Amino acid sequence: MSTPHSRTPAHKLDDVDRRLVRATQGGLPLVPRPYHQLADQLGLPPEEVIARLRAMLDSGVIRRIGVVPNHYALGYVANGMTVWDVDDAHVDTLGEAVGRLDCVSHCYRRPRRPPMWPYNLFAMVHGHSREEVETQAARIADLLGPALRARDILYSSHILKKTGLRLTESASGER
Amino acid sequence: MSAPARPLDELDRRIINLMQGDFPLAERPFLGYVNRLNVSERQLIARIERMLQERTLTRFGPLFNADRMGGVNLLAAMAVPEADYEEIALVVNAQPEVAHNYRREHALNMWFVVAAETPRRAEKACARIEAATGLEVFRFPKEREYFVELKLQA
Repeated sequence: MSTPHSRTPAHKLDDVDRRLVRATQGGLPLVPRPYHQLADQLGLPPEEVIARLRAMLDSGVIRRIGVVPNHYALGYVANGMTVWDVDDAHVDTLGEAVGRLDCVSHCYRRPRRPPMWPYNLFAMVHGHSREEVETQAARIADLLGPALRARDILYSSHILKKTGLRLTESASGER
Repeated sequence: MSAPARPLDELDRRIINLMQGDFPLAERPFLGYVNRLNVSERQLIARIERMLQERTLTRFGPLFNADRMGGVNLLAAMAVPEADYEEIALVVNAQPEVAHNYRREHALNMWFVVAAETPRRAEKACARIEAATGLEVFRFPKEREYFVELKLQA
Protein backbone atom coordinates (compact mmCIF):
# COMPACT_ATOMS: atom_id res chain seq x y z
CA MET A 1 0.00 0.00 0.00
CA SER A 2 2.87 2.37 0.62
CA THR A 3 5.14 1.49 -2.26
CA PRO A 4 6.93 4.62 -3.40
CA HIS A 5 7.15 4.57 -7.17
CA SER A 6 9.36 7.62 -7.28
CA ARG A 7 12.26 5.92 -9.00
CA THR A 8 10.36 4.08 -11.72
CA PRO A 9 9.25 5.77 -14.94
CA ALA A 10 5.91 7.51 -15.24
CA HIS A 11 2.86 5.83 -16.72
CA LYS A 12 1.93 7.59 -19.95
CA LEU A 13 -1.81 8.21 -19.98
CA ASP A 14 -3.66 8.10 -23.27
CA ASP A 15 -6.79 10.12 -24.04
CA VAL A 16 -9.15 7.43 -22.77
CA ASP A 17 -7.20 7.21 -19.50
CA ARG A 18 -7.42 10.96 -19.17
CA ARG A 19 -11.20 10.90 -19.65
CA LEU A 20 -11.40 8.23 -16.99
CA VAL A 21 -9.25 10.26 -14.60
CA ARG A 22 -11.44 13.30 -15.16
CA ALA A 23 -14.61 11.27 -14.62
CA THR A 24 -13.37 9.82 -11.30
CA GLN A 25 -11.19 12.51 -9.74
CA GLY A 26 -14.20 13.94 -7.91
CA GLY A 27 -15.12 10.46 -6.67
CA LEU A 28 -16.76 7.23 -7.81
CA PRO A 29 -20.52 7.13 -8.48
CA LEU A 30 -22.34 5.92 -5.36
CA VAL A 31 -24.34 3.17 -7.06
CA PRO A 32 -24.15 -0.64 -6.86
CA ARG A 33 -22.26 -0.84 -10.18
CA PRO A 34 -20.03 2.24 -10.18
CA TYR A 35 -17.71 1.05 -12.96
CA HIS A 36 -20.68 0.21 -15.19
CA GLN A 37 -22.09 3.68 -14.67
CA LEU A 38 -18.71 5.16 -15.60
CA ALA A 39 -18.63 2.94 -18.66
CA ASP A 40 -22.06 4.20 -19.78
CA GLN A 41 -20.99 7.77 -19.15
CA LEU A 42 -17.81 7.38 -21.19
CA GLY A 43 -19.14 5.07 -23.90
CA LEU A 44 -16.69 2.28 -23.02
CA PRO A 45 -17.19 -1.40 -22.16
CA PRO A 46 -17.21 -1.89 -18.35
CA GLU A 47 -14.37 -4.43 -18.67
CA GLU A 48 -12.21 -1.73 -20.22
CA VAL A 49 -12.97 0.76 -17.44
CA ILE A 50 -11.95 -1.84 -14.86
CA ALA A 51 -8.85 -2.93 -16.80
CA ARG A 52 -7.65 0.65 -17.20
CA LEU A 53 -8.20 1.46 -13.53
CA ARG A 54 -6.31 -1.69 -12.62
CA ALA A 55 -3.38 -0.70 -14.83
CA MET A 56 -3.29 2.74 -13.18
CA LEU A 57 -3.39 1.14 -9.75
CA ASP A 58 -0.56 -1.26 -10.67
CA SER A 59 1.65 1.52 -12.00
CA GLY A 60 0.97 3.80 -9.02
CA VAL A 61 -0.96 6.48 -10.96
CA ILE A 62 -3.73 5.56 -8.52
CA ARG A 63 -2.31 5.24 -5.00
CA ARG A 64 -5.41 3.50 -3.70
CA ILE A 65 -9.19 3.37 -4.08
CA GLY A 66 -11.40 3.89 -1.06
CA VAL A 67 -12.74 6.35 1.46
CA VAL A 68 -10.67 9.36 2.49
CA PRO A 69 -11.52 10.38 6.04
CA ASN A 70 -11.41 13.92 7.32
CA HIS A 71 -8.71 13.93 10.03
CA TYR A 72 -10.57 16.37 12.19
CA ALA A 73 -13.75 14.28 12.19
CA LEU A 74 -11.71 11.34 13.53
CA GLY A 75 -10.32 13.37 16.39
CA TYR A 76 -6.91 13.86 14.78
CA VAL A 77 -7.10 17.53 15.59
CA ALA A 78 -3.33 18.01 15.91
CA ASN A 79 -1.69 17.73 12.51
CA GLY A 80 1.94 18.63 12.80
CA MET A 81 4.29 19.10 9.90
CA THR A 82 7.55 18.34 11.70
CA VAL A 83 10.55 19.84 9.92
CA TRP A 84 14.20 19.12 10.54
CA ASP A 85 17.57 20.44 9.46
CA VAL A 86 19.57 17.24 9.07
CA ASP A 87 23.16 16.87 7.95
CA ASP A 88 23.08 16.18 4.19
CA ALA A 89 25.52 13.29 4.57
CA HIS A 90 23.00 11.38 6.73
CA VAL A 91 19.58 12.65 5.64
CA ASP A 92 18.73 9.79 3.28
CA THR A 93 19.51 7.03 5.76
CA LEU A 94 17.77 8.88 8.55
CA GLY A 95 14.80 9.86 6.36
CA GLU A 96 14.14 6.17 5.65
CA ALA A 97 14.24 5.43 9.38
CA VAL A 98 11.91 8.31 10.25
CA GLY A 99 9.49 7.17 7.53
CA ARG A 100 9.32 3.74 9.19
CA LEU A 101 7.96 5.18 12.47
CA ASP A 102 4.24 4.35 12.91
CA CYS A 103 3.32 7.93 13.71
CA VAL A 104 4.69 9.32 10.43
CA SER A 105 2.33 9.38 7.44
CA HIS A 106 4.49 11.19 4.89
CA CYS A 107 8.23 11.77 4.89
CA TYR A 108 10.20 13.69 2.28
CA ARG A 109 13.50 15.43 1.63
CA ARG A 110 13.00 18.93 0.24
CA PRO A 111 15.32 21.86 -0.49
CA ARG A 112 16.21 24.43 2.17
CA ARG A 113 15.32 28.08 1.51
CA PRO A 114 17.77 29.97 3.70
CA PRO A 115 17.55 32.17 5.64
CA MET A 116 13.76 31.80 5.88
CA TRP A 117 13.77 28.02 5.88
CA PRO A 118 16.75 25.93 7.05
CA TYR A 119 14.92 22.56 7.06
CA ASN A 120 15.47 19.71 4.58
CA LEU A 121 13.46 16.82 6.10
CA PHE A 122 9.65 16.93 6.39
CA ALA A 123 7.65 14.34 8.36
CA MET A 124 3.87 14.62 8.83
CA VAL A 125 2.65 13.50 12.25
CA HIS A 126 -1.04 13.18 13.17
CA GLY A 127 -2.22 13.10 16.77
CA HIS A 128 -5.24 13.58 18.97
CA SER A 129 -3.46 16.41 20.77
CA ARG A 130 -0.39 18.56 20.41
CA GLU A 131 1.16 16.70 23.33
CA GLU A 132 0.87 13.47 21.38
CA VAL A 133 2.49 15.08 18.34
CA GLU A 134 5.28 16.47 20.52
CA THR A 135 5.94 13.08 22.11
CA GLN A 136 6.26 11.62 18.62
CA ALA A 137 8.50 14.49 17.50
CA ALA A 138 10.77 13.72 20.46
CA ARG A 139 11.12 10.15 19.14
CA ILE A 140 12.10 11.52 15.74
CA ALA A 141 14.65 13.83 17.37
CA ASP A 142 16.16 10.86 19.24
CA LEU A 143 16.46 8.96 16.00
CA LEU A 144 18.14 11.88 14.22
CA GLY A 145 20.67 12.22 17.04
CA PRO A 146 23.78 14.30 16.34
CA ALA A 147 22.85 14.83 12.66
CA LEU A 148 20.01 17.12 13.80
CA ARG A 149 20.80 20.84 13.76
CA ALA A 150 17.43 22.61 14.01
CA ARG A 151 13.76 21.68 14.17
CA ASP A 152 10.24 23.04 14.24
CA ILE A 153 6.63 21.80 14.19
CA LEU A 154 4.07 23.63 12.06
CA TYR A 155 0.53 22.84 13.11
CA SER A 156 -2.30 23.24 10.64
CA SER A 157 -5.04 25.38 12.10
CA HIS A 158 -7.45 25.36 9.13
CA ILE A 159 -8.03 23.39 5.97
CA LEU A 160 -8.43 26.14 3.38
CA LYS A 161 -8.91 23.73 0.47
CA LYS A 162 -8.79 19.97 -0.01
CA THR A 163 -9.87 18.65 -3.38
CA GLY A 164 -7.08 16.43 -4.62
CA LEU A 165 -5.82 16.44 -8.17
CA ARG A 166 -7.98 18.05 -10.84
CA LEU A 167 -7.07 17.33 -14.44
CA THR A 168 -7.93 20.22 -16.67
CA GLU A 169 -9.46 19.84 -20.13
CA SER A 170 -6.68 21.40 -22.15
CA ALA A 171 -3.54 19.85 -20.71
CA SER A 172 -3.19 17.01 -23.20
CA GLY A 173 0.14 17.09 -24.93
CA GLU A 174 1.39 20.21 -23.20
CA ARG A 175 4.87 20.05 -21.79
CA MET B 1 -12.29 23.08 11.16
CA SER B 2 -14.83 21.72 13.63
CA ALA B 3 -15.86 18.11 14.05
CA PRO B 4 -19.25 17.08 12.65
CA ALA B 5 -22.30 17.38 14.87
CA ARG B 6 -23.11 13.67 14.81
CA PRO B 7 -20.57 11.53 16.67
CA LEU B 8 -19.19 8.59 14.70
CA ASP B 9 -21.05 5.36 15.29
CA GLU B 10 -19.75 1.82 15.03
CA LEU B 11 -20.59 1.49 11.33
CA ASP B 12 -18.83 4.76 10.46
CA ARG B 13 -15.72 3.58 12.26
CA ARG B 14 -15.71 0.19 10.61
CA ILE B 15 -16.18 1.74 7.19
CA ILE B 16 -13.23 4.06 7.81
CA ASN B 17 -11.00 1.30 9.13
CA LEU B 18 -11.91 -1.19 6.42
CA MET B 19 -12.34 0.89 3.29
CA GLN B 20 -9.35 3.27 3.01
CA GLY B 21 -7.79 1.12 0.31
CA ASP B 22 -8.39 -1.99 -1.78
CA PHE B 23 -11.91 -1.05 -2.93
CA PRO B 24 -12.54 -3.88 -5.42
CA LEU B 25 -12.38 -3.41 -9.17
CA ALA B 26 -15.42 -5.64 -9.63
CA GLU B 27 -18.89 -5.40 -11.06
CA ARG B 28 -20.52 -4.88 -7.64
CA PRO B 29 -17.65 -3.77 -5.44
CA PHE B 30 -19.72 -2.86 -2.38
CA LEU B 31 -20.92 -6.46 -2.05
CA GLY B 32 -17.46 -7.47 -0.87
CA TYR B 33 -18.09 -5.57 2.39
CA VAL B 34 -21.68 -6.46 3.27
CA ASN B 35 -20.84 -9.54 5.32
CA ARG B 36 -17.96 -7.97 7.19
CA LEU B 37 -19.99 -4.83 7.96
CA ASN B 38 -23.31 -6.62 8.41
CA VAL B 39 -25.23 -4.16 6.27
CA SER B 40 -26.92 -4.37 2.88
CA GLU B 41 -25.30 -2.98 -0.25
CA ARG B 42 -27.89 -0.19 -0.30
CA GLN B 43 -27.31 0.71 3.35
CA LEU B 44 -23.56 0.82 2.81
CA ILE B 45 -23.87 3.14 -0.19
CA ALA B 46 -26.31 5.38 1.69
CA ARG B 47 -23.98 5.56 4.67
CA ILE B 48 -20.96 6.53 2.57
CA GLU B 49 -23.10 9.19 0.92
CA ARG B 50 -24.10 10.54 4.33
CA MET B 51 -20.51 10.54 5.62
CA LEU B 52 -19.50 12.58 2.57
CA GLN B 53 -22.34 15.04 3.16
CA GLU B 54 -21.39 15.36 6.82
CA ARG B 55 -17.73 15.81 5.85
CA THR B 56 -16.63 12.82 7.92
CA LEU B 57 -15.17 11.72 4.59
CA THR B 58 -13.55 14.18 2.24
CA ARG B 59 -13.70 11.83 -0.76
CA PHE B 60 -14.61 8.38 -1.96
CA GLY B 61 -12.85 6.94 -5.00
CA PRO B 62 -9.40 6.67 -6.53
CA LEU B 63 -6.57 8.75 -5.10
CA PHE B 64 -4.39 9.86 -7.97
CA ASN B 65 -0.67 10.50 -7.77
CA ALA B 66 0.29 13.29 -10.16
CA ASP B 67 3.98 12.27 -9.99
CA ARG B 68 3.17 8.98 -11.66
CA MET B 69 1.45 10.65 -14.60
CA GLY B 70 4.67 12.48 -15.34
CA GLY B 71 3.31 15.38 -13.34
CA VAL B 72 4.21 16.94 -10.03
CA ASN B 73 2.90 17.57 -6.55
CA LEU B 74 4.71 20.73 -5.58
CA LEU B 75 4.60 21.88 -1.98
CA ALA B 76 4.67 25.66 -1.75
CA ALA B 77 4.34 28.24 1.00
CA MET B 78 3.82 31.96 1.45
CA ALA B 79 4.19 34.46 4.27
CA VAL B 80 0.79 36.15 4.10
CA PRO B 81 0.01 39.31 6.08
CA GLU B 82 -2.84 38.55 8.52
CA ALA B 83 -4.95 41.47 7.28
CA ASP B 84 -5.00 40.03 3.75
CA TYR B 85 -5.17 36.38 4.70
CA GLU B 86 -8.71 35.54 3.59
CA GLU B 87 -8.46 37.45 0.35
CA ILE B 88 -5.21 35.74 -0.56
CA ALA B 89 -6.61 32.33 0.37
CA LEU B 90 -9.37 32.94 -2.20
CA VAL B 91 -6.80 33.79 -4.88
CA VAL B 92 -4.74 30.68 -4.13
CA ASN B 93 -7.75 28.36 -3.87
CA ALA B 94 -9.12 29.65 -7.17
CA GLN B 95 -6.21 28.03 -9.03
CA PRO B 96 -7.42 24.62 -10.22
CA GLU B 97 -3.92 23.19 -9.71
CA VAL B 98 -4.06 23.91 -5.96
CA ALA B 99 -5.12 20.56 -4.50
CA HIS B 100 -4.73 21.30 -0.78
CA ASN B 101 -4.21 24.46 1.17
CA TYR B 102 -3.60 24.67 4.90
CA ARG B 103 -3.12 27.52 7.31
CA ARG B 104 -0.10 26.77 9.50
CA GLU B 105 1.35 28.59 12.46
CA HIS B 106 4.67 29.97 11.27
CA ALA B 107 5.97 33.07 9.47
CA LEU B 108 5.26 30.95 6.38
CA ASN B 109 1.57 30.68 7.27
CA MET B 110 -0.04 29.37 4.07
CA TRP B 111 1.06 25.97 2.74
CA PHE B 112 -0.43 24.50 -0.38
CA VAL B 113 0.15 21.66 -2.81
CA VAL B 114 0.15 22.42 -6.52
CA ALA B 115 -0.78 19.20 -8.36
CA ALA B 116 -0.23 19.49 -12.08
CA GLU B 117 0.39 17.22 -15.00
CA THR B 118 3.60 18.92 -15.96
CA PRO B 119 6.23 20.84 -14.00
CA ARG B 120 5.59 23.74 -16.33
CA ARG B 121 1.91 23.94 -15.34
CA ALA B 122 2.86 23.85 -11.68
CA GLU B 123 5.35 26.64 -12.21
CA LYS B 124 2.78 28.70 -14.11
CA ALA B 125 0.28 28.31 -11.27
CA CYS B 126 2.92 29.56 -8.78
CA ALA B 127 3.76 32.48 -11.07
CA ARG B 128 0.07 33.40 -11.38
CA ILE B 129 -0.25 33.40 -7.62
CA GLU B 130 2.83 35.60 -7.28
CA ALA B 131 1.52 38.03 -9.89
CA ALA B 132 -1.94 38.20 -8.30
CA THR B 133 -0.74 38.61 -4.72
CA GLY B 134 2.62 40.36 -5.00
CA LEU B 135 3.98 37.76 -2.53
CA GLU B 136 6.84 35.33 -3.04
CA VAL B 137 5.83 31.69 -3.38
CA PHE B 138 8.49 29.51 -1.75
CA ARG B 139 8.74 26.25 -3.72
CA PHE B 140 9.60 23.02 -1.89
CA PRO B 141 9.78 20.34 -4.59
CA LYS B 142 10.22 16.83 -3.25
CA GLU B 143 13.77 15.57 -3.70
CA ARG B 144 13.24 12.16 -2.14
CA GLU B 145 10.12 10.36 -0.95
CA TYR B 146 10.88 8.17 2.05
CA PHE B 147 7.34 7.19 2.95
CA VAL B 148 3.71 7.93 2.07
CA GLU B 149 0.94 6.09 3.86
CA LEU B 150 -2.00 7.96 5.19
CA LYS B 151 -4.27 5.55 6.99
CA LEU B 152 -6.11 6.82 10.00
CA GLN B 153 -7.80 4.66 12.61
CA ALA B 154 -11.27 5.71 13.68
